Amino acid sequence: MKIPSSIWTLLIGIVLTLVCLWYGQNHGLLPTAASDEANLVDALFNAMITVSLGVFLLVEGILIYTAFRYKRRAGDNSDGPPIEGNVPLEILWTIIPTVIVIGISVYSFEVYNEIGGFDVHGGHQMPMAQKSPLMSGTALAATLPDTVNADELKVSPRKPAELIINAAGLQYAWIFTYPDSEVTSGELHVPIGREVQVNLTANDVIHAFWVPEFRLKQDAIPGRETRLRFTPRVAGDYSVICAELCGPYHGVMKATIVVESQANFDKWIQEQLIASKQTLNQAVAANPANLSPDEFLAPYTQKMGIQSAIIHQVHM
Amino acid sequence: MTELNMTQAQQLEVAGILTQDQASNEGRNWRDYFGFSTDHKVIGIQYLVTSFIFYCIGGVMADLVRTELRTPEVDFVTPEVYNSLFTLHATIMIFLWIVPAGAGFANYLIPLMIGARDMAFPRLNAVAFWMIPPAGILLIASLAVGDAPDAGWTSYPPLSLVTGQVGEAIWIISVLLLGTSSILGAINFIVTILKMRIPSMGFYQMPLFCWAMLSTSALVLISTPVLAGALVLLSFDLIAGTAFFNPTGGGDPVVYQHMFWFYSHPAVYIMILPFFGAISEIVPVHSRKPIFGYTAIAYSSMVISFLGLIVWAHHMFTSGIPGWLRMFFMITTMIIAVPTGIKIFSWLATMWGGKVQLNSPMLFAMGFLGTFVIGGISGVMLASVPFDIHVHDTYFIVAHLHYVLFGGSVLGIFAAIYHWFPKMTGRKMNEFWGKVHFVLTIVGLNMTFLPMHKLGLMGMNRRIAEYDPKFTSLNEICTYGSYILAVSTFPFIINAIWSWLYGEKAGNNPWRALTLEWTTTSPPAIENFEQLPVLSTGPYDYGVSEKIVDK
Repeated sequence: MKIPSSIWTLLIGIVLTLVCLWYGQNHGLLPTAASDEANLVDALFNAMITVSLGVFLLVEGILIYTAFRYKRRAGDNSDGPPIEGNVPLEILWTIIPTVIVIGISVYSFEVYNEIGGFDVHGGHQMPMAQKSPLMSGTALAATLPDTVNADELKVSPRKPAELIINAAGLQYAWIFTYPDSEVTSGELHVPIGREVQVNLTANDVIHAFWVPEFRLKQDAIPGRETRLRFTPRVAGDYSVICAELCGPYHGVMKATIVVESQANFDKWIQEQLIASKQTLNQAVAANPANLSPDEFLAPYTQKMGIQSAIIHQVHM
Repeated sequence: MTELNMTQAQQLEVAGILTQDQASNEGRNWRDYFGFSTDHKVIGIQYLVTSFIFYCIGGVMADLVRTELRTPEVDFVTPEVYNSLFTLHATIMIFLWIVPAGAGFANYLIPLMIGARDMAFPRLNAVAFWMIPPAGILLIASLAVGDAPDAGWTSYPPLSLVTGQVGEAIWIISVLLLGTSSILGAINFIVTILKMRIPSMGFYQMPLFCWAMLSTSALVLISTPVLAGALVLLSFDLIAGTAFFNPTGGGDPVVYQHMFWFYSHPAVYIMILPFFGAISEIVPVHSRKPIFGYTAIAYSSMVISFLGLIVWAHHMFTSGIPGWLRMFFMITTMIIAVPTGIKIFSWLATMWGGKVQLNSPMLFAMGFLGTFVIGGISGVMLASVPFDIHVHDTYFIVAHLHYVLFGGSVLGIFAAIYHWFPKMTGRKMNEFWGKVHFVLTIVGLNMTFLPMHKLGLMGMNRRIAEYDPKFTSLNEICTYGSYILAVSTFPFIINAIWSWLYGEKAGNNPWRALTLEWTTTSPPAIENFEQLPVLSTGPYDYGVSEKIVDK
């Protein structure tokens, strides 16, 4: 006896669902999740890839099945059945995708709220109008956060971040400063489990601050300050990658971000303080105004392969 | 009644212009294709051939980019040249290949499909075409001034203001010219579709390609002027030292991004809608079944056209726009998947139960369905703000946009060429080499772009000449895939030229299709129809009116 086609459809549906559910958890497409935000984004991605794979397999399956099942036989010049539509079916394939995309939207909204997207203090938008009232171009933008405040304050009021870092992007490097300790570094160190806020600015062109392991990215825009918040969770060395085209050497604009224990972080800050004091002292000791030209140029001559005697002659 | 008289009067007027310009009613001389012809069929072929030449140039640039990316180091071209290559590649593929190829098919097909003798404004039509070659040559010549544009096709200030002034100025002029050409074309298509149909053809008897071009042209008309505005202001910043977008003078670079994407997101639909229309023509003919859900497909084009205008800021989720605005654009972007889904399901349902002939046009149409759906799905994922924040400006985006533009538009172009080649030339293309072309294209396309999804998710940003060595093996696969794509063009080029000269004679209606363009001779006479055609059947009445088409 022949197995009814409805049974086959059911079985295919079950297998398809299981395959999608399995793949959604085992796709291996993302790097380590090293921040609290990364775990939320990954859960969202896993859900989306599960649904996506289902839609993909369904469409490709129907397409390939049709190509074989309804292939025209040689010499058959007749037409197919004149079916011009099926309103209930069309309503069904309008409603199901609508429900899916609304579901993804609601879930995305939740995740976005949890990672602080609506937060005023950690918001991603903060024009520098307050700092430099002369910049007329930001007048329009300056009105935007006000309208945001009224609505979003109740969505997720948040404490100020535990550690604030200022990051300035320039072609082709990042400069990080820690306002609390006045440390400046080309390397970013953050302690595990503490909420960090990075205030981003750019000196020349637009750059973007991206740590793939944190799943977070924010443009650094000249003329305004943008913000990004995250809570690092997994120790390790990662890269801060510039993700906005910033010139020919865009590809090498990377900095290291070290996620480490609080103790190691404090130690690093102390080391930086000592190191910067030393260079500061040297700088003060050697006031260029008091130096003769060859004394002033001495540190550079060696690098450039010029003998100091020659400079002496030139200046004589 | 008044409308009817007007249409006839206009057609007579058009005919008058044409008889002045061309005395003979015989076939075309090859010289006509190099001159200022006002015949929509000549202009259509001029568009298609010109844009295909630019496709080859843009393709060479893509392969140079991929060759650089075969290894993680900078070892093939300098980083400056690399940036110029991807900037020109994108600009050429968008403005000189896909957009004008769509206009080419629209020019060739719309008057034939609606029973008109020519476009509404034949001279405007020729002007619109003849803006393209100088603009394209100008753009490519910027490589020769040693200062080629290298700020990406998005040309975001302040970067575009500080790198290569001359190249940037050339880029702006070229894109402005191409945009103008596009606007002129759009006006012509809208007026032609609205006013030049034969009296017996109402809106719901129109082939779906005309619906698609109506929605495309509306988008062009509404959005392109905004790009022109942005570029004019950018050129002031660049040349006259104003500060519309330059932050050092108090300008706001994010305003440029809004204006740019107000055009450039609709541009995505400008590039895909014409080929949605072409697929709606091809699938029913080769499946021998009426199109499934004509009204739904027609309206979904209009809905996409409207929604396409209010999704632009999803390109700016990391640009520092407020949270609530991101949510608005996330939801509109998600919703646009619904009308697109309707089309895909309708095409599948059209094939279902039909008599599907797996010839070159149909294979490319099915390839379109199978690969476009991948780009569509990744598009829905990208609409989700938290996920987009991770993958924005990475290779995941590069993968997505190529699945939509190559897997969608370019496969659509090839499907349309194989389908209408017999009408345009009177000869059929070779089936065997068509299939070789198809297989090479599908293999090359997926090999090049599928691994890019993973590259982006794992942390490879886009527009870089050097990358982390851990990404080497996937990049090698992409590069070899791009070489296969390059090779895949040769069977097509040889097949097209050979078939045009020596191919099997096609006759008037080799596919036994029902739309009006197949009722005239192949290639059609200069004024298209011997007498005003009369509709005796709907455009997709397969299986209904078997007597119309002889077996």
